[in-house]
Amino acid sequence: MSLPFYVSPEQLMQDKAEYARKGIARGKSIVVVEYDGGILLLAENPSTSLSKIGEIYDRIAFAGVGKFSEFDQLRKVGVRYADVKGYSYSREDVRAKALANAYSQAIGEVFTREMKPLEVEIVVAEVGDPKLAGHESNAIYRVQFDGSITDHQGYCVIGGTVENLQTYLQANYRQSLPLGEAVRLGTAALERAANGDAKIGPGTLEVCVLDRKRGGRKFRRLPAEELRGMLAP
Amino acid sequence: MVLFRGKYQGSSFTEMLDVEFPHLRIENRLAALGVNAAAAATAGGALSIPHGTTVLALKCEGGVVVAGDRLATEGYRVASRDLQKVYATDAHSLIAIAGAAGPCIEMAKLLRVELEHYEKIEGEPLELEGKANKLAQMIRANLPAAMQGLVVVPIFAGYDPRRRVGRLWKYDVAGGRYEETEYESTGSGSLYARESLKKSWRPGATRDEALRMAVQALMDAADEDRGTGGVDVQRGIYPTLSVCTVDGIEEIPHTTTAEIHRGIVESRRGNG
Repeated sequence: MSLPFYVSPEQLMQDKAEYARKGIARGKSIVVVEYDGGILLLAENPSTSLSKIGEIYDRIAFAGVGKFSEFDQLRKVGVRYADVKGYSYSREDVRAKALANAYSQAIGEVFTREMKPLEVEIVVAEVGDPKLAGHESNAIYRVQFDGSITDHQGYCVIGGTVENLQTYLQANYRQSLPLGEAVRLGTAALERAANGDAKIGPGTLEVCVLDRKRGGRKFRRLPAEELRGMLAP
Repeated sequence: MVLFRGKYQGSSFTEMLDVEFPHLRIENRLAALGVNAAAAATAGGALSIPHGTTVLALKCEGGVVVAGDRLATEGYRVASRDLQKVYATDAHSLIAIAGAAGPCIEMAKLLRVELEHYEKIEGEPLELEGKANKLAQMIRANLPAAMQGLVVVPIFAGYDPRRRVGRLWKYDVAGGRYEETEYESTGSGSLYARESLKKSWRPGATRDEALRMAVQALMDAADEDRGTGGVDVQRGIYPTLSVCTVDGIEEIPHTTTAEIHRGIVESRRGNG
């Protein structure tokens, strides 16, 4: 009879974290930037059908990096969560904070209980509505593979080489950017991740906004033509 | 929330409710109540539930016009003078409701969530026909409630971006779905509204002409049917008018409706 190996809890967690981190770092980054009219979500994504960014509810968007099947499943769960909540209470009761917390719980539970952690990192963004008292400000939450949750102001990066992009955004981000400038800033940051030499064009970008001015559902995908105009020098 | 360990993996909101949250479905609750609900509905209850009355839809050039009066009745009494009966279900479709007001409004709300849910999960919207079909299934599921007096008979209309035309459907209580090629009306005054539209409607009518036809038909229905609310000038309550075209849904402001109404009154002055 062979004795089972003893693995210390620290080692176990470290191994899991390393496994998840590796999986996530292989993928491309996503940049989330607040601009004067709402929140911009920008991903380098050569696929036109497999989205990394999605609509959750009226004022809430989702972005995920890592394993597509895993973060897409999380996105769908988020849509279900939000729609049930909005249907049984009111549309204003669906808030990003509660959703991000639910994500954090669920992802954290998988990390501690399951053999294989989720190889994902996600952002839940909520645009403020100046017409609703108490709902005026934007909120951006980042949830990592182990369920740890952080909130961000101004900008947020997930996936790939986060540090490079963060440094770039820290140096170049300023408040109340117009949409066009925010798109150029985000694209430049993503190019930084690709070691500066790769030029990212409208064809390989997935860009969505939560546009504060829209009534009802504020989520909108920017078509390639619109991007081309914004990215033209 | 049980959702992170949910059993349901599809893209329909109503099916998900059935599997994960059966208590949120009015049909299930009514089925559980069984005989009691039937008794409540018939023992004077059928009269004490507000009912929405006349709504209509007609095709026009490049789209469809949907309209409804504002009255809700409880038997012979007025339950509400300014009930909204026309609801946008998404950017390119509308539902106009007639029947028991509560279940009707609930179904309109549920259809909106259903269409939006599908679009978000799948990444693209349903075809207009798919939306009409989904509504038929929801009405069919409501049949037990309909047998107890909680009837829902809406009109569904919208712009079909693939065929580039406005389309409209009527339904029966059993969930029967019938596409209409010209116009349709449902509710207590529908007979008179249809008669009116029969005379005024013509293919290729412009948006403005169709709006006038709609107001005219609702005025005619209100004239003959006590359950249909006409134009309440004193309170400033006008019928709801919406146009759906390739550009989306346009809700006609009451000032415009008032103008159309004045025009019709003027042209009819002195007539019976």
